Parts: sequence; C-alpha cells; structure tokens
Amino acid sequence: MTLTAETSRSTARQWRERLLSGGSWTVLALLVVVLVVIVVINPSFAEPVSLMAFAKKAAPLVVLAVGQYFVIVSGEFDLSVGSLVGAQVVIAARLMDGDEALTWPVLGLMLVFGLLVGLVNGLVTTLLRVPSFITTLGMMLVLFGAIRLWTGGAPTGALSESFRVLGRKGFPDVPGQFQVPYALLVALVVVGFAVLLMRRPFGRSLVAAGDNAVATAYSGASVWWLRTRAFLLSSFLATVAAVLIGGFAGVTAQVGQGLEFMAITAVVLGGVALGGGRGTVVAAMVGALALEALFTLFNQLALPSTIRPAVQGVIIIVAVAYAARRRRT
Amino acid sequence: MRPIRALLAGTAAAGLLLLTACTTDAPTEQPPAAEKSAAEEEPAESGAESEWFVQEDYDRELAQRDVEPEGPADQPWLQAIEPEYVDTADFAGEGGTSEGGDKTLCFSNASVSNPWRVTGWITMQQQVEVLQEEGVIGEFRVSDAADDDNKQISDIQAFVEAGDCDAIVISPSTTATLTPAVEAACESGTPVIVFDRGVNTDCMVTFIHPIGGYAYGAVGAEFLVDNLDPGATVLALRILPGVDVLEHRWAAADKVFSESDIDVVGVEFTGGDGAKIKDLVTQYLQRGEIDGIWMDAGDGAVAAVEAFEDAGQPYPVFVGEDEMSFLRKWDETGMTAIGNVYSNFQWRTPILAAQMIWAGEEVPSEWVLPQEPVVQEDLADFLEANADMPSLHYAKFGGEDLPGYPEAWTDR
Amino acid sequence: MTAGTGAGTKVGTGAGSARRHHLGSTEIVYLALVGILVIAGVLVAVRGGNLFAQGNVSYMLTQTSLLGFVAVGQTLVVLCRSLDLSVGYVVALCSLIGATTMAGDPSRVWLGVVAALAVAAGVGLVNGLIISALRVNAFIATLGMGLIVKGFLDTRFKGPEGEVPLAFQTFGYTRIGPVPVSTIVMLLVAAAAFVLLTRTRAGYHMFAVGGNLDVARLSGVRTGRTLVLAHVLCSLCAGVAGLLIAARFGTGNALVYSYGLDLDSIAAVVLGGTLLFGGRGSVVGTVGGVAILAVLDTAFNVLDVNPFFKDVLRGVIIIAAVALYARRQIDPASRRVRFGTKGSAARGGDVA
Repeated sequence: MTLTAETSRSTARQWRERLLSGGSWTVLALLVVVLVVIVVINPSFAEPVSLMAFAKKAAPLVVLAVGQYFVIVSGEFDLSVGSLVGAQVVIAARLMDGDEALTWPVLGLMLVFGLLVGLVNGLVTTLLRVPSFITTLGMMLVLFGAIRLWTGGAPTGALSESFRVLGRKGFPDVPGQFQVPYALLVALVVVGFAVLLMRRPFGRSLVAAGDNAVATAYSGASVWWLRTRAFLLSSFLATVAAVLIGGFAGVTAQVGQGLEFMAITAVVLGGVALGGGRGTVVAAMVGALALEALFTLFNQLALPSTIRPAVQGVIIIVAVAYAARRRRT
Repeated sequence: MRPIRALLAGTAAAGLLLLTACTTDAPTEQPPAAEKSAAEEEPAESGAESEWFVQEDYDRELAQRDVEPEGPADQPWLQAIEPEYVDTADFAGEGGTSEGGDKTLCFSNASVSNPWRVTGWITMQQQVEVLQEEGVIGEFRVSDAADDDNKQISDIQAFVEAGDCDAIVISPSTTATLTPAVEAACESGTPVIVFDRGVNTDCMVTFIHPIGGYAYGAVGAEFLVDNLDPGATVLALRILPGVDVLEHRWAAADKVFSESDIDVVGVEFTGGDGAKIKDLVTQYLQRGEIDGIWMDAGDGAVAAVEAFEDAGQPYPVFVGEDEMSFLRKWDETGMTAIGNVYSNFQWRTPILAAQMIWAGEEVPSEWVLPQEPVVQEDLADFLEANADMPSLHYAKFGGEDLPGYPEAWTDR
Repeated sequence: MTAGTGAGTKVGTGAGSARRHHLGSTEIVYLALVGILVIAGVLVAVRGGNLFAQGNVSYMLTQTSLLGFVAVGQTLVVLCRSLDLSVGYVVALCSLIGATTMAGDPSRVWLGVVAALAVAAGVGLVNGLIISALRVNAFIATLGMGLIVKGFLDTRFKGPEGEVPLAFQTFGYTRIGPVPVSTIVMLLVAAAAFVLLTRTRAGYHMFAVGGNLDVARLSGVRTGRTLVLAHVLCSLCAGVAGLLIAARFGTGNALVYSYGLDLDSIAAVVLGGTLLFGGRGSVVGTVGGVAILAVLDTAFNVLDVNPFFKDVLRGVIIIAAVALYARRQIDPASRRVRFGTKGSAARGGDVA
C-alpha cells in the first residue's frame, strides 16, 4: 500500500519534472493546453468530424516537419521545402492537366524531381561545403523562378481527381460525415517510418553527425552521405506534402509559400535544437500539431487576422525560451 | 538560476507587449497629415470602419456603373466613362529618337506576381507586337520591380535619365510611395501614362483604370444582400491588408453590409493561398452555417467552394472573380454566384493611349474603363469563348482580336 | 558547415587580410565583383548598351544603399554566430515611425529620425536579450520578433502612412554626380562598422564570440553583452534603411517587409565572404557582396531579363560564389594563414 503510494508519488514527481524541465515535453503541454482551450471555447471541436478535419489540415505540416527534422537533427537547414512544394504542385497540374491516366506517371516524375532536388541540396552542402542555409536559400530562389519561367508566371493545367484523393478524401467517402482522412493515414505512416528509421543505425549516426561531426567521422561513419540522405528524405517528404496540399486545396499561384519557416518553427517548437544533435522526431510532429492547433485557436477566438502573427511570435519565443531554460546551466 | 530565467522570460514577454503598446502611441499623438483628410471625412455612423473609406469616391464609382461609356462597344478597352479630354498636340512628333514612327515605349511594371497581372501582361505584349509591326513602336523597354516600390522608383528614374523614352507607361506598385517618382517623370517632359493603381498626383497625361475598388466591392456585397435572406451569415475572405485597391473593395462591401441585415461572421486574410482558404472556410463551417462568401479577389475561390462540398454543406451564394477556374466551378455546381471583374483588358489601353498621344489625338485625362461583372446570363458565353484557356486565366482579358490569340494565352 | 573546419581556430581576419601573401576571401569577393562587372559590361555592350553609362551607374549605386545598410548590420550579428530575420520588419516599422513622427513638418525631421532609431534599437535590444539571456536560438528569436512586428504593423497601419518633408526626401533622391547621398551614407556606416570591428575591443569580442562562444567566455569576454550590442547595431542599421525608405517614398509603408530584405541581406553577407557560422568575415566583403547583387540587378534590368529568370540566376550565382569561397576555406594553405592572423589580431587587440 505505502509502497504503491510512494511509487505513484515518485512517478508523479517524475512527470512533473519532465514537464517542467523543458525540451520536448513543453510542446506537448502546449499542444494539450491549446486543444483544451479550443474545446472549452467551442465544444464542437471535440467531435470526431471536427477532429478529423483538423487532422486533414495538419497532416501536410506534420509530414514537412518530419522531413525538416532529419535535416535539422543532422545540423543543417532546408529552406527550399516551401518552394519545392509549390513547384511540385504546379508541375503536377501542368503535366497531367486533369488527365486521370497521367496521374501515376506524373507522380513518378515528381518523385524523381523531388529526389533530384534533395540530392543537389545534399551534395552542394556536403561536398562543395556551402552552408545549407545558403544552398537551400539558393534552391528556393531557383525553384521559385524556374517554375514560373516554365508556366509563364501563373500555374496552368489542373490536377486529376485521383491525384487529389489522398489530400482531399477519406473513408467512408461521404461528405460532411465522419471519415478518416487519407492524409491522416499518410502522416501516420510517415511518422511511423521516421520513428523506425531513427532507431536504426542510420538515425543514431544522423543525430551523432549533428552533435559532433568530427567524432562521428572518426567513428567510421561517412558524414557527407548521412547528411545527403537527410536532404533526400526532406525533399521526398516535401513531395509527399505537395501531394497532400495539392490534393487538399488544388492549384493556386501561392501554394507552398512560407511553408519552410512553418516547418522549421514546428521542429524547433518540438524542442529539436537548431544546429543538430538533439531532439526526437515525435517531438517534431507534436510541434507541427501545436502550431496548427494554435492557428485553429486564433480562429476560434475570432482574433483579428492582423494581430495573429504577433501572438504567434510571442508564443513561439516564450515556448522555446521555456524549453531552453535548463539546458545549458 | 532558474527563477532568474523565468523572471527574464516574463519580463521579456511583457517588454515585447509594452514595446508594441508604446510605439502605438507615438503616431497617434500626431496624426499624419496625409491620412487626416480621409479619416476625418469618414462619418462615424457610416459603418465602414475602414479609414480607407471616402464617401465621395464611393458615390462617384457607384454612379459610374450606370453611365453608358463612350467609345466602340465591341472594344471596351477603348471605351471611357465621362471622359474629359486633354490636348496632346504638344507631344505629337516631339522629342524622342525618331519622328512619326519607331518610337521607344518604356514600361515600368510593378510585378507579374499574380495570375491577373500575368494575363494582362500577355495581352499587353500582344498589343505591343501589333504596333511594332505597324511600325509605331520601335523598342519596348520593360523594367519589372517584383513588387518592390524602391526598385520601381529606381526603374522610373532610370527611364527618365536614359532620356530616350518617347513615352513612359507606369503600373505603380503602391499608390502613395510612387508619387514622387511619377512626378519626376512628368517633369522630364516625356508623356507619362499611369494605369491600374493610381498615384497621388495628376501630372500624367492620362490615368487609365476601370471604375474602381468601391464599385468592385459594392457589386459583390449588393449581390449577396439581394440574394440572401435578412440575418444570413457572410464570410469575407481578403488577400492582404494595406493595399489601397483591395482596401477600397472591402471598405465598400463593409458599407453595404452595415446598411443591410447581413451578418458578417468573419473577415480573414488569406494571402490568396488555397490551402489556407479551404482550412478557414472549413473551420467556419464547423461552427455554424455560412450562407454567403464575399472575396476581394478571386484567387483560391474554388478552394472555398470545395470546403462546402467536403463539409457536405449546401453551396453558398458566392462572390468570386472572372477567373476561369471559378467560372467553371460555378457552371459545374450551378450555385448562385457572380464573377466580379476588375477589367483585365485595361492592360491594352496604355499602349493604345501612347499611340494616340504620339499622333496628337486627345485622350481622357482620367480614362475610366467600364467594369461589368460576369453574371449568370452571360456565364455560358464567357465559358465558351475561353474554353481552351488555362484555369488561372481571366475571362475579360479582351485580347480575342489580337493576332496572337489564342496561343499566346494558352501556351505560355 | 562541418563542425570540423576548425571551430576553435577561427579568429578575426578582417584587419589582417591586407598582410596576406595570397588571396583572402575579401579579395576573392572583389575579384568576383570585377569579373561580374566585366561579363555584364560585355553582355550589355553586345546588345548595344553601356552598363557604365551614368544612368546605369547611379541605378546600381542606388540599389546598393538600401540592402547595404541592412547587410552591414547583418554582418555584425552573423560574425557573432547569430542572425537576424527580423530586419525586413524593422525596416518597415522604422519607415512608418519616421514618416508618421515627421508628419510633413520640416522641424520634426530630427524627432522622426531619433524616434525611428530608438525604436530600432529597442527591437535589437530585445532580440539580443532573448538570444543571450533566454538562450533562444537566434533563428527562432528573430523570426518570432519579425512576426510580432508584422502583427503590430498590420494592425496599427492600414497602408502607407505619414508624410516626409521635402527636406528629408533629399536623403533619398539627391546625388553628387552619379553617386546618391544614400550610398555615401551607407559607405560611412560601413566604415564605422569596419572601425568597430578592427580597432575596438567590442569588435574583437564579436569575432571571439562568433569563433567560439565558450572559449570567449572563458577568456573573460562578456559574451552576452557583445551579442546584445551586435543585435542593437544590426537593428539600428535596419532603422537607417527604414528612414531611407521613408525618404524615397515620401511616406512609410508596411509592405516593405515583403521585399525579402532578411534573406537577401544574409545572402549578401555570405557572398561577402563572412562565414555563416561566425568568427570570420569583414564588412568590406559585405559591401562587395551587396555590390555584386546590385550589379546583377542592374545588368538584368538593362538586358531586360525575364523577372523569373532573374530569381533562377540569383540563386545559382549565390550558391556558386559561396561554393567558390568554401573551397578556399578548406585549402590547407589558407588554414596556416589563419593561424598567422590569429596572432596579429590578438596583438591588435592589445593595442586597442
């Protein structure tokens, strides 16, 4: 009896310390608090239909955050993902132009294109030793310009219905009723795959490379190839996110803009250290969810559109400051 | 150590808020002279809380909708509403590199950063080609400022300094900020033609624009008021704050709504991003019914319509734009809608105006082009006429008679 | 990038570059600038134009001043291994604060200047404190600060506001020959930053903090104070850029934040040979980097390059140029030199 009470007390203390000790637990607490506040304001948010709609909307950012996580934990940045998402959606629309038969070939091409972008990012960063901030900033400009050059400034064509299924539909496919969005399944698969990958030697070496590249190199791992693979993963997942976002909302000229900063913010909010070597992929996912939940909260509070960035800014600074509290004393 | 950190975090957060609060005061102590007049003219009871609202302009634009424009009915880009002509004989054959032909036309473009501008820009280039073949225009020199006012100021200065422009066409990026540069261009003696957004000066030979933002905003709002029951809910989707042409649209709509029984449940800035629009509309639908959507520009309208489909809700009464993707969706769904128009064909007019000025023909000093929305009755015609056009093309682009039609717009 | 590029050995070289026998990064920047000028000049000449005509030269110089102010400030924070993503918002904010405070009254010009710079310094101070005292990563701290300022701007100002008296507009429009006054002021600010970095204790500390924070702290450098100073100065430079915007526009404009000055200025700093990971670089290089971007802009304009193709070229050139410097930085010969200049920089520090 006393023993169990003692244990439960000590577990409670452990939990409290975890929550207070910053790092990834802060963001979980933030997510829970935000979700609770939303439900208090608008109880209908807790209904399965609303939650699934939220999951559908949040899925692309979760996928992007996981991709960004690989790059950040290895000590790099990927600023090109927003432009890449935009480029992929526009490429898909132009090439398939609504033709169902072209859906799979175009998806294949997008995959190749995405991996190519990742390979260039990775090799320029690792072999040519250009800081990834600059490599991916340059890539962002190149993709932004090239895609508009190719389409004459505004996207043309249309996405086929089957292309849009993943981002837009769910099962059972009855509009307005409860459905599990395919986007949620995609995000779960991506997160699951990422968790497994981070437990494998690749994942451990990747974190090590972010923590101390020299030591990792001495231990026999090839750091450049580790990081290049991180960029490949990031671009691959940006392509997946493009399929989800294009599916969700179709083609607009602005698609993808600013997503790179959203993804990086989500990852950092999850307690993953910029500069590499620390943080978990699940925390990055929670960071993405917290960010999306925050946007939903702003909407539910009917906060004036213009003030939202300011509140977002304060919250991310405070959250990261709180998480950083004890890290280096 | 830890409490100190927490304290610091707290003070920093408080400091941030204080900082915002402090700076708020500074400007209000001294209301800026430029904005004062506009702000004061606005009576508090107008309901249009926007400081952009100017009653006089609003009344004029709304009246202009019913005025029969002068000029050829089949060439709306040459029509003008209540024109007051100015003499341009001084510019005829004057200055420049050559007499009577092969003129150099310089164009300072704000940007081609959205589909509306892209469509217009293609139309303008096609019109220039026609005049080049006729030997009217020799060189067509273009600077694109990529939405950077500072660069556009430099671009205009460079044209003036080069000294060999026979006319300068300017599509200003921002009204207030480009004014000094346009004035400097006027002083150089070269004929200056401004179109689309205006500037705070009347030194240019002609200022070409469709009726304007108030008319645009009011048309949509009136359509909603007419087609919805009293007490109906409307969601307003806007692109971004602080741009006069867009602010005027909302100011007018806000005015119309405030004088009706329509309940505006939200005003959101979307950046024209489809994903954001769809998410916002979905969230509003979770909280309650939306009977009507008002948009200040049609970008992403289809995403908003889809949000209703995916939520299993009936289609709203919809105010979109004359963008093809929206017109097609409208036709497909059969919803009650209107396609607002900010006449894209205005991109042809400055080129033709330059030709007229060089020929010494008189032009309207303020060239107000017609601006008529696409309504249900003529939807089918526009769909048929633009059947091959891409989804982000604008129905009233007015380039059907140009030699490059339709390839220039379809295969870009 | 790789932490292996000798993190502990990077110490200031800004002062010592002239004493080297072979090319330092600043020299490469200026060689690249000359190369680009020659190529662009030839391309323009082939098209029958003249890149060096007075109009084009003053266009080029005008283009340098706005980005120049921001990039000089950015250099200071990048040297400290920090960065500032809020500069674009600070520029917009200061243009509005300046213009609304002046309110068209020539006697209030000084008030406007002081108000704008005070606000800028305040933002920089907060940035610096969040980064040094709260240990928030600079990327997030300044991104967040940018969002805060954006929220304030969008809420408070409904578009261009304020009126700049003609007397102050001369700052934006006056030229001496082909050289705009604003460019001269920018070069003076750059010169001041150069002196700060090469002749003062605070400047050496910035190199030290950027080179290795822990070593700097153990050597008795007040690292937090140095970082805050760098951020305050960076924001002040952005504030001056905001005043320049106000003078050019005759009013303040919030949408200046969408010009991409934040990423452009970082690109210019790195193009100028400053290491993104701090501790090495120079303001002189940054001015060269800004000039490279301005020459490209002008050449693209004169050559009537498609605006989207410009983005592609800019992206490629930035990556290529930095790859070029990076090759030199891993050259073993240049590493020896770095040890050499370490000594000279330290001696310089004693004198100051």
